[in-house]
Amino acid sequence: MKFLAARRRSPIVASALLVGALVTVGGAYAALGAVEPAQAALAVGAETQVEKGQQLYLEGCSSCHGLKGEGTQTGPTLVGVGAAAVDFQVSTGRMPLAAPGAQAPAKTENPYSEEDIAAMAAFVAALGPGPAIPTAEQLDYASADEAYGGELFRINCAQCHQAAGQGGALTQGKYAPSLMGSSPKTITEAMLTGPQNMPVFSDAQLPVEDKQAITSYIVGLQEASSPGGLNLGRFGPVTEGVFLVTAIFAALIAAAVWIGIKSR
Amino acid sequence: MTTTSPVEKVGGATATYVDQRVGSNKFLSRNLGKVFPDHWSFMLGEIALYSFIVVLLTGVFLTLWFKPSMAEVVYDGSYVPLKGVLMSEAYDSALNISFDVRGGLLLRQMHHWSALIFIAAMAVHMFRVFFTGAFRKPREFNWLIGVGLTTFGLLAGFSGYSLPDDLLSGTGLQIARGIVQAVPVVGTWAAFLLFDGEFPGTEFISRLYGVHILLIPGLILALVTIHLMLVWTQKHTQFPGPGRTNDNVVGYPLLPVYMAKAGGFFFIVFGIIALVGGLVTVNPIWIFGPYMPDQVSAGSQPDWYIGFLDGALRTMPNWESVIPGVGWTISWNILIPALVIPGIIFTLLGLYPFIEAWVTGDKREHNLLDRPRNAPTRTALGMMAISFYVLLWVGGANDIIAVAFDLSINSIIWFLRITLIVVPPLVFVVTRRTCLGLQRRDREKLLHGYESGRILRLPHGEFIEVHQPLSEKDIAVITAKHDYAPLPAPDKADVDGVRNKRYRAQMLRHQLSEFFYGVNVPKPSAAEIEAGQHHAAHDAAIEAPLHEYEDADQIHTFHGGVLHHPGMAETNAEQLQQEQRS
Repeated sequence: MKFLAARRRSPIVASALLVGALVTVGGAYAALGAVEPAQAALAVGAETQVEKGQQLYLEGCSSCHGLKGEGTQTGPTLVGVGAAAVDFQVSTGRMPLAAPGAQAPAKTENPYSEEDIAAMAAFVAALGPGPAIPTAEQLDYASADEAYGGELFRINCAQCHQAAGQGGALTQGKYAPSLMGSSPKTITEAMLTGPQNMPVFSDAQLPVEDKQAITSYIVGLQEASSPGGLNLGRFGPVTEGVFLVTAIFAALIAAAVWIGIKSR
Repeated sequence: MTTTSPVEKVGGATATYVDQRVGSNKFLSRNLGKVFPDHWSFMLGEIALYSFIVVLLTGVFLTLWFKPSMAEVVYDGSYVPLKGVLMSEAYDSALNISFDVRGGLLLRQMHHWSALIFIAAMAVHMFRVFFTGAFRKPREFNWLIGVGLTTFGLLAGFSGYSLPDDLLSGTGLQIARGIVQAVPVVGTWAAFLLFDGEFPGTEFISRLYGVHILLIPGLILALVTIHLMLVWTQKHTQFPGPGRTNDNVVGYPLLPVYMAKAGGFFFIVFGIIALVGGLVTVNPIWIFGPYMPDQVSAGSQPDWYIGFLDGALRTMPNWESVIPGVGWTISWNILIPALVIPGIIFTLLGLYPFIEAWVTGDKREHNLLDRPRNAPTRTALGMMAISFYVLLWVGGANDIIAVAFDLSINSIIWFLRITLIVVPPLVFVVTRRTCLGLQRRDREKLLHGYESGRILRLPHGEFIEVHQPLSEKDIAVITAKHDYAPLPAPDKADVDGVRNKRYRAQMLRHQLSEFFYGVNVPKPSAAEIEAGQHHAAHDAAIEAPLHEYEDADQIHTFHGGVLHHPGMAETNAEQLQQEQRS
């Protein structure tokens, strides 16, 4: 003990103790922390997923939708919108809203992981009954009738989303977005929950098989080749007119000028 | 006559054989040498003619397969997304042409593209004729025929757009029916007459088919023939230039030059249409689906030439009034944009040559074209009309623009409501000022020659820009301008105090004439031009020694950047001496 007692006032001691303590604490945290998530997944049931969802909700959503999802002047109530609405809005990047505007635009970057979204969906679903996230079985359109889906699409969807699913304008800067990048899941969730200006097409109005048929038709539109050549964005006569003026007439008049040049 | 090639022999023999039976030699010898003037803008009408020929050829092919019937069938062709769908026979056969007839889609697309080109070419041709004043005496009737051709072109296009009975064509017909219904008093009955009862009925496609493939093309062909015969007998107008007068035509003969040029241009137009028809989709009817009266697609648009009407409809405020007592509704929101505005546009278009002739009081024949700048009011009126048309056109695409540029459709509508009133007068003023500015520049060129961009310092230190005399061609082009004086104001009564009964009409004519010709940059007199060109020649003469320096082997009299004449002082000392001496 003499050895230690003699050197305990040495200037190195304080630094050495500090480094030692940091290594011990940091090492222990790293070792224990790595284990924690696995344990959490095992131990935590639906209750804590809802709690986690609530935490995320309070951080990201409550400023507009209210602390209990009751809604405020800037955001509607989320009681009864169901898990499908949360999954649609958050997974497509529409929520959280980046800035107030005519309508929430879809974003490619999404700050939330699938797990986070599931937690928030569970929390909102717990606020009141609403449409659940569609199951894989519901989404399976493999055996659906595409042509019938086309008829349903033209009756129910084309007046806003355009016959080719390219999207269309609504009033005051609102719009029906293009469906060209939508997955079967987002298509079905949109029909179930009626996001933004879209009406709800519940399973009572459009049974699951009809939704599958519509999904099948939209996927067909997304994958369709263009038998007539360049498709000009499938916007109809407007882009055809633009092409006529800018490309075809430029070529024709260039030819006329070429022929009209005086031979010298 | 000593050497004759075998080709000439056979050709001559054939010509004699035909001539003895038809009497064609006299006609051919008189006409094959006919001279046409050369300018690229004279070929715009040819684009219309050639694309019309392609429309006819491809259209004949389509009639072999198209079934103009509204009978309902179940689709069983090769386009899977419509398999088993109930549709009209017309749509079914149009799908078959697209997917199951060999080369059908190519010809359908060529037919559609060439129809779009046909109408656009007529419009551009009409611009050329308007802005160069080619519609003036003796060509007023041909202008009227042109307006008729354009109108029939629109009808031909719209009837063709409506035939396939897809969702887009049905939507267009629904709007057309609404427009017919908006006609006061007879509207409803006229709509019943057209559609044989309620919309869409079962008769309309077959009725429209006859109109589309027989009536309108027949009328267009007849009018085209008269149009070309008039061009032939009246001879083509030409731009001013050296040796070109109102009484001659300077150019190349029909055979061989124009046969080759026009023939080659036909193949170019045909080739471009075939290329586009093969490579670029037009009207993909399979995407739109069959027409059902309870369905509509967002972004439903007419083809480009009806776009201005659609735009007018979309931009018009929703006014309507009910006549008290009888309870009849007058839909101003449809009546004004769809009937009154196009009515005014086409009436003014047809009457314009007569209005201008009346205002001008000019009874001469005009075979020499105006340069647009030399008729500033006409050019400005034309640009004003085009700006109005283009704004309406933008209105027709308002929803596509809203989506594409992330704008509010309401803002676009209000933007157009305001600009439709504000912009055309602005365009009028700007165009007229621009024309007058160009006239002023022309006058300047006549009076001083053109600016060569070379600055010359004269011996006494003055800087001048060297002006060069105009070429003979430029002088001929610029001096071809005719200065119109506004007609004098009429008197209310003559010297004997007899009231002038035609005072009002004459006053209107005077005011219009003042409006047309009140602002003008007068052409300089011949003497002024002579003096101006002489001045330019003088400048050039001053500069001439400089060229000698450029060409000389040694530069020894060029001092301090100043050109020296022999005997001139070269140094300050010499200069002082010279001044003291004088």
